[in-house]
Amino acid sequence: MAPPATSKPGRSLIALIVLLIGGVVWAFWPGTDSSVRLGLDLQGGTQVILVPQPVVEGTEITDEQLAQTVEIIRARVDGLGVAEAEVTTQGSGNSAAIVVSVPGLGQDRVVELVQRTALLNFRPVWNVLSPFPIDPADADAAEGDAAEGDAAEGDAAEGDAAETEESADESASDGGTQSAEIVQAPDYSPEFQAEVDALDCLDPVNLAGGTPDDPTEWLGACDQSGGQKYVMEPAFIEGVSVTDANAQLTQQGIGWVVTLEFDSEGAGALAEASTELSALPECGSGATPCNAFAIVLDGVVVSAPRFNEPILGGQAQIEGDFNVEEARDLANVLKYGALPVTLDVVDITSVSATVGGDQLRAGIIAGLIGLALVSIYLLLYYRVLGLVAVMSLAVAGGLLYLFVVIFSKTIGLTLTLAGVAGAIVAVGITADSFIVYFERMRDELRDGRSLRQACDSGWVRARRTLLAADFVTLLAAVVLYFLSIGSVRGFAFILGLTTVIDLIIAFWFTHPVVVLMGRRKFMQGGSKWSGLDPERLGGHSALDTLAGQSRRKRRDDYQNSTADDAAGDTADDTAGDTTEVRS
Amino acid sequence: MSSITNIGQRLYRGEVSYDFVGRWKRWYIFSAIILLVAVASLAFRGLNLGIEFRGGADFAIPNATCSVSEAREVAEAETGGQTIVTVASSGTMRVQTIPLTSAESIELSESLGGVCGVAASEITVQVVGPTWGAEISSKALQGLVIFLVLVTIFLSIYFEWRMAIGALVALAHDLVITVGIYALFGLEVTPATAIGVLTILAYSLYDTVVVYDKVKENTRGIAGQSVMTYDEAANLAVNQTVVRSINTSLTSLLPVLAIIIVGAGLLGAGTLLDLAVALAVGMAAGTYSSIFIATPVLAQLKRQQPEMKALAARVQARRKQAAKATTTGQDSAGDSAGDGAGDNAAQGAGAAAGSTTTASPASPEELRELARVQSGERHQPKRKSRRKRR
Repeated sequence: MAPPATSKPGRSLIALIVLLIGGVVWAFWPGTDSSVRLGLDLQGGTQVILVPQPVVEGTEITDEQLAQTVEIIRARVDGLGVAEAEVTTQGSGNSAAIVVSVPGLGQDRVVELVQRTALLNFRPVWNVLSPFPIDPADADAAEGDAAEGDAAEGDAAEGDAAETEESADESASDGGTQSAEIVQAPDYSPEFQAEVDALDCLDPVNLAGGTPDDPTEWLGACDQSGGQKYVMEPAFIEGVSVTDANAQLTQQGIGWVVTLEFDSEGAGALAEASTELSALPECGSGATPCNAFAIVLDGVVVSAPRFNEPILGGQAQIEGDFNVEEARDLANVLKYGALPVTLDVVDITSVSATVGGDQLRAGIIAGLIGLALVSIYLLLYYRVLGLVAVMSLAVAGGLLYLFVVIFSKTIGLTLTLAGVAGAIVAVGITADSFIVYFERMRDELRDGRSLRQACDSGWVRARRTLLAADFVTLLAAVVLYFLSIGSVRGFAFILGLTTVIDLIIAFWFTHPVVVLMGRRKFMQGGSKWSGLDPERLGGHSALDTLAGQSRRKRRDDYQNSTADDAAGDTADDTAGDTTEVRS
Repeated sequence: MSSITNIGQRLYRGEVSYDFVGRWKRWYIFSAIILLVAVASLAFRGLNLGIEFRGGADFAIPNATCSVSEAREVAEAETGGQTIVTVASSGTMRVQTIPLTSAESIELSESLGGVCGVAASEITVQVVGPTWGAEISSKALQGLVIFLVLVTIFLSIYFEWRMAIGALVALAHDLVITVGIYALFGLEVTPATAIGVLTILAYSLYDTVVVYDKVKENTRGIAGQSVMTYDEAANLAVNQTVVRSINTSLTSLLPVLAIIIVGAGLLGAGTLLDLAVALAVGMAAGTYSSIFIATPVLAQLKRQQPEMKALAARVQARRKQAAKATTTGQDSAGDSAGDGAGDNAAQGAGAAAGSTTTASPASPEELRELARVQSGERHQPKRKSRRKRR
């Protein structure tokens, strides 16, 4: 019926050992990183999950847009200088999610950085005001006092955003969505001016951004440092026109500048605007309009350089008192400011390193206890066969660790708590393979087969069951992996991995070892400790109830077949002739 | 332990046999009661959805020294919304508030840390938008549906469509019970719960496939004989795999119980614990349903098949004849199909028949015949091939 199961069990074992050694050598090659990458829930850190929404409603997000968004976010996070920050996508299209993981607790900075989905606009500055909210009545008086137009203001002030009390009260009332207050109007009017005057640029909420402005209207908004308040005309260039932006050292080698390149449309608009604006008086002198333009990102002025001269070639350079970081941040905002999608922050988790460590420890302890309990049970129930099962579990555990290291290295697998849980659950499923096999073997023995026959014929039948059952589990893992998001995915991966390992172990380890052991006298003699002794299989009570004749017959059968089998074993074939007759 | 082994042996031979299939009414009623409780709990109590599904902020404060009311006061003053504070057995305090922004959450964790004497960096914070949980669950649901379609196709090809239905009934049974337990005890439903439920899905099917595989083996060529009905063969399969089922569920449950104990002792509520509770319930239900639900459902579906009806009639007729022919000794034969030792009854079955109690008698001779039908082919060639090897 079925092909002879394993005539050469040694081969499978050697294959497995070669595979293991190869894997170990590759995974732990000196000089390479061979640690298991731990998820944030195990090592502590901040994770932000973002769901991208198409800018134009009802359209599908393309893979390209998604990749671009991830690229932008990664660039921003890397800009933070955090080691091992990770940005990944899960799923695709409009149901995709982007997961940003940063080790350590930098929650505020990370969230704000990635949340800047940012509509980027370039607007001519009408006027620069002091950051204080001004009672409309005093507006005229205050206008003159406007702070010095510190043109290129590239200061990244995200860190301060959370410090003051007011922010909490402010946004608790609007259901938790925190975004900057801006003032917009189709035309410049006293009412508009009065509203802008009332804007409080000392409120950190108003510096955090998050409110996309309408580029066709006038805008009153804060500088991101809270140092100024700007009144701006409708935008002359939109962020999408920026083709490139870089931070560069100045030619003198002192200080940094940001270079900008525009597409043809942007270049034309820039030429026109710069010609017009550079002729105007200096900003901050009280004159309106003045000669600066503001780079506005989601309702906050990121920078407001003044035009020194008309820019005609579509290439501009922003000079200012930048340090490296400021220049890079600004370049990043310019280059990546306008994301192809808008992002909703749906989940922010920050786990302290202590709790992360505790979770990992608890997971390991639970795993070990579970493994120990299962081992004790298997040993008690299956004796020597149980030992094979325990060894198989140990090899499976080793193999799992090896695979996790390999996948950490190659595809950036991170081990999360859900994954640890998946591995612990897999202990039971892996043990089941042995149980199915051993029970089949015992059934075969009960049917009077010899041990050697039982090892093979039991395997042939168990194998079919294992393949069918594991296929179902694998199917579940694969479907879940490709369709789910969040922690479910990590779990599905480990579940699939352990199922494959289960099959490898059952085929290449457990079965060959059992077959090899089946050739030993100890097992064939039906020792009490083998887990396969006829007494235990037949059972006293069962034997007692049998009619005398059949009882003898059964025993004879068993012994004959055992002898038969020993004889049949080509390895130690000495007493073959006597039993040959029977078969 | 050895008594268990003996039972295993006797179950295999059919000396001890339990009529799992025949007593289907009992199991169905038992399951119906549990399912009713589960559905009622769902309907009246509903699920206790975690913040992933409601939206909100969750602060886990280890070793908090403040009182519940102090923490609540601080949180409510800052957020202006309703706050739930609970303390886990491990001493970790959990503060759940209305949705907050990241800046607000940092601020609140600092204030909470101040009140409770814990550094803010030790506090685990999670802020979730109200759509996230829905997103996860709709994704999981989508995966579930696709998986079910695929697995139904697979089972229909590998087994037959009746077995696919039986497996799905058992699966639905397990899932409803698990979800019902969550509703009944007000356990918090988190994405980890979803993972647990999905695992149960795989586990329940896995378990059913193992039992069905034995049923398939026992019923191979069953229409060509008149010794055993399908019900009996199926019941024998369940009896033969019951030791495996017990061993497997124990080895699966032991690690999960370890998670529950370690999780509750060291961590308080958390992903691991959520997961483990769902798994423990689901695995227990999965083992139960693979034995008591899946096979009886299958047997009932098979009973509708004309061939099986004919078979049952043939077996009935033959037994009547046999009863007339023989006088005694057979009256106590074989408690149901357990008797059979299915295939390969050659040595054992004849002996076994003596000790059994009636339900569906099949004489040793008959069983041998059945064994020949099913496994005759297998025995002989095997020997031949062995001889060749020598």
